[in-house]
Amino acid sequence: MSKIKCQCGHDNPFGTVLCERCGRPLTEEAKKSEVVDMRYEGSARRSQTYKRSIIDKVWNFFSSVKVGVGIILAVLVTSAIGTLFPQKFYVPVNQNSGAELLAYYERLYGFVGTLYYKLGFYDMYNSWWFKTLIGMLGTSIIIASVDRVIPLYKSLKKQRTKRHSSFMRRQRIYGEGQSVDADTSLAKAEEKLKSMKYNIKTEDGAILAEKYRFSRWGPYVNHTGLIIFLFGVLLRGIPGFYVDETMWIREGELRAIPGAPNYYLESKDFIIETYSKEEADEVFGQAIDRVGTIVKTYQTDVSLYKKKEDSLPGSTDLEHIKDYPIIVNKPLKFDGYNIFQMDYRLNELKSMTMQLIEKETGKSFGQFTINLDEPEGVYELNDGARVDLIGYYADYDGVEDGEPVSKSPIPNNPAFIFNMITPEKPQGEKSFVAIRQTLETEENAYQVKFVSAETRDISGLTIRKDKTLYILLLGGIIFMIGVIQGSYWNHRRIWIQKGEGNQLLLAAHTNKNWFSLKKELDAVKDFANLPSYEDRQDNESSTEEEEGEK
Amino acid sequence: MGLAALSANLLLVAFIAYLVATLFFGGAVKGAKSEASYRNHRWGNVGITITIIGFVTHLGYFITRWMASGHAPVSNMFEFTTAFGMMLVGAFILLFFMYRTPSLGLFALPIAVIIIGYASMFPREITPLIPALQSYWLTIHVITAALGEAILAISAVAGLIYLLKHVDLTKKSKERFWLEAVMFTVVLVLGFVVSSTTFKMTGYEAHFTYIDKNEMPAKIEYNYPPLFGMNGYEIQSPEAMEPLVEMPAVINAKTLTTFVWSVLTGIVLYLILRLIFRRPLAALFQPFAKKANSQLMDEIGYRSVLIGFPVFTLGALIFAMIWAHEAWSRFWGWDPKEVWALITWLFYAAFLHLRLSKGWEGKKSAWLAVIGFVIIMFNLIAVNLIIAGLHSYA
Repeated sequence: MSKIKCQCGHDNPFGTVLCERCGRPLTEEAKKSEVVDMRYEGSARRSQTYKRSIIDKVWNFFSSVKVGVGIILAVLVTSAIGTLFPQKFYVPVNQNSGAELLAYYERLYGFVGTLYYKLGFYDMYNSWWFKTLIGMLGTSIIIASVDRVIPLYKSLKKQRTKRHSSFMRRQRIYGEGQSVDADTSLAKAEEKLKSMKYNIKTEDGAILAEKYRFSRWGPYVNHTGLIIFLFGVLLRGIPGFYVDETMWIREGELRAIPGAPNYYLESKDFIIETYSKEEADEVFGQAIDRVGTIVKTYQTDVSLYKKKEDSLPGSTDLEHIKDYPIIVNKPLKFDGYNIFQMDYRLNELKSMTMQLIEKETGKSFGQFTINLDEPEGVYELNDGARVDLIGYYADYDGVEDGEPVSKSPIPNNPAFIFNMITPEKPQGEKSFVAIRQTLETEENAYQVKFVSAETRDISGLTIRKDKTLYILLLGGIIFMIGVIQGSYWNHRRIWIQKGEGNQLLLAAHTNKNWFSLKKELDAVKDFANLPSYEDRQDNESSTEEEEGEK
Repeated sequence: MGLAALSANLLLVAFIAYLVATLFFGGAVKGAKSEASYRNHRWGNVGITITIIGFVTHLGYFITRWMASGHAPVSNMFEFTTAFGMMLVGAFILLFFMYRTPSLGLFALPIAVIIIGYASMFPREITPLIPALQSYWLTIHVITAALGEAILAISAVAGLIYLLKHVDLTKKSKERFWLEAVMFTVVLVLGFVVSSTTFKMTGYEAHFTYIDKNEMPAKIEYNYPPLFGMNGYEIQSPEAMEPLVEMPAVINAKTLTTFVWSVLTGIVLYLILRLIFRRPLAALFQPFAKKANSQLMDEIGYRSVLIGFPVFTLGALIFAMIWAHEAWSRFWGWDPKEVWALITWLFYAAFLHLRLSKGWEGKKSAWLAVIGFVIIMFNLIAVNLIIAGLHSYA
């Protein structure tokens, strides 16, 4: 493509609107405009210049801010729809059963719920279209930034101090007028601007005062931060970067930690504490009265073990690493893993104590305790009696085809079949014992009676390892730097130059916060006797001043 | 007097100070010919002095309550909303000293007053912290997020002034309708405050049992005469009125009852106001906005988004993610409150892009600022009370 030669002799890249060097408008449109569009300094942007090939079209699509805002709004709307009803992962049914999920939404939300499920909104944030939108957002951020930052950088670097009067005249803030002594005014203006921390460049009777140019890079810095963040999120899909497991551990149990090879966890105790009126601070009394119980702590006391390095595969030769109380907000941390207190179940049956008695006399042959995790087969009692445990159903759920069945291995409702062997009945008598019931095939002389039960608590823990966290944090920090850089400072430029004789031209531009720029300009104007200027977008202030003078 | 009682009294003083300061700002605006001439008006100076006194006592409320409870007072609906009101006033004071404009105070302070009034309708007693909230991140995350939201809210105040000045109220238009709708919404909040206070003073209580959405029996207490009954309700208080309609399990009929009572009261209030003044509320307030400088309001609206957006990002997203990772084991879980914070953030990001690259200034920008405030309020009120996820501590 051919270069555009400006009258000042500078060669501009094809597509330039304002000459990079002197600022003369180069396009017909710019020449006609009263206030020139200063965004990106009128530089040649790829998206505004090339519009033919497919690549151009894709580039132009994603570089458009209109499209970018459209994508932002699409993400916004889909996200909002996702909060209408609870998402799949907050629904208390089997996550893998479509039928159960559908039934849940249908039961609670009727037809709309069914529709919500059928359209896939119940798992909005994992849907392919949501992910596509996020991908498009990322693409748009990259392309739109590259399309603008390079030409902007080049043109700010190449800008000349002395601008053509046609550039000055087309600025939003512009003034011209005769001064008593143009050179003195310029010198004084320079002095004042320097005291306001402006960087001054002079050239042939012209001043360019500029400050906070770095704020122009803010948007590109924060977009870089966002891209790093999105990249970090993408990495979580790669195995090894991200572990997310859950485990249920009972008091007294030692278990391998899922997702963390060679590590073992032992639960010593689970504690749940509530605020009591006696112990808690007096000021909390009213709240405790109104609400009832307020939980103070969920805590699992654990010991962490690691398999010894020189131990044989399969052996469990463990090395104690540390004891730690895991509470909410204070996870156990080791080797990049975090273990969180997430859930609990109280009072699961641990063991049951029974005794064998003779029905008629009530005579006891002694007690025995059944460990519900590992029930033994035979329990020896006094006087030569013993009880054989010939059937165990941890979670008894009725009888099917003449056989008792257990619906889970968790001892929620334990049931047993005993064979009671006594000196009088050496063949034994069979008895089926469940909670609050005893079944006998024929009338027995002896009976196993429940004495007591021991319970224990179970902790629900989550195990996480996330190597991407530092990438995400880095992205967040860079975003914050960029957004602060771009928001809390603004790029201000003031041009002052001599015209014919003692005439002075004055123009100013900022990317935002015109009010402060005008305040500074007023100070310079008063100090250096510069001509008054007008703000072409604010016609109220000038009329107000006139009214005020009347 | 104990710290807790002192704290409550300080809040009352702040509340009254804001009301009085509003009157002075009104005087400043009314007495001046134009923005240029009222910048250093005496009434305005008195107004800002009283505002600062109010703010200091409000801060006193915050600190004494913190001392009394041992944790930052931002742990429930009352505490958070009150803190939000305080920061709104703080943000106004900051912008007042940047731009010296009393019109902003005339509109920002009444909004702060309404917010504090709204907050006071929720249980005010000091509550001990549940395990999930026992972290220094509570202080850091919530205070930063509230501050960001408060600064963003100032942009809506400036936007409202801009719109009141520029929307032609003599002709029928969509803009006129929506501006009046904004006014009406404010009256609805007043309706909530009025109705809630009335029933609280009469000491109304009605107890019910019902079946919750997991098909378990549950109990509930109404403080309003029950218009709507919970799913499968049974009255436990003999003198209570029979609900008119029974609602399905997913709808909290108590919240709905409160909402409908508030709306009804709000409508009555609105009609009374219309009868007294015989014109739309927007037209009533328009003379106060007429003297504001449009460019200045536009700039304040934009500037407060620029100042507030980074603060909001830091508090409501970054600190939120760090804490969520500590407490809930994941930095992001698509909890409704999280999603709405993201929506707020996306909205203001769109606002900034439209303004910077598409040149959306003036009315368009002002409308966006007002919508932004609506989203923030939606996240505070509706998401807490209706959608309710992990964040429903109120």
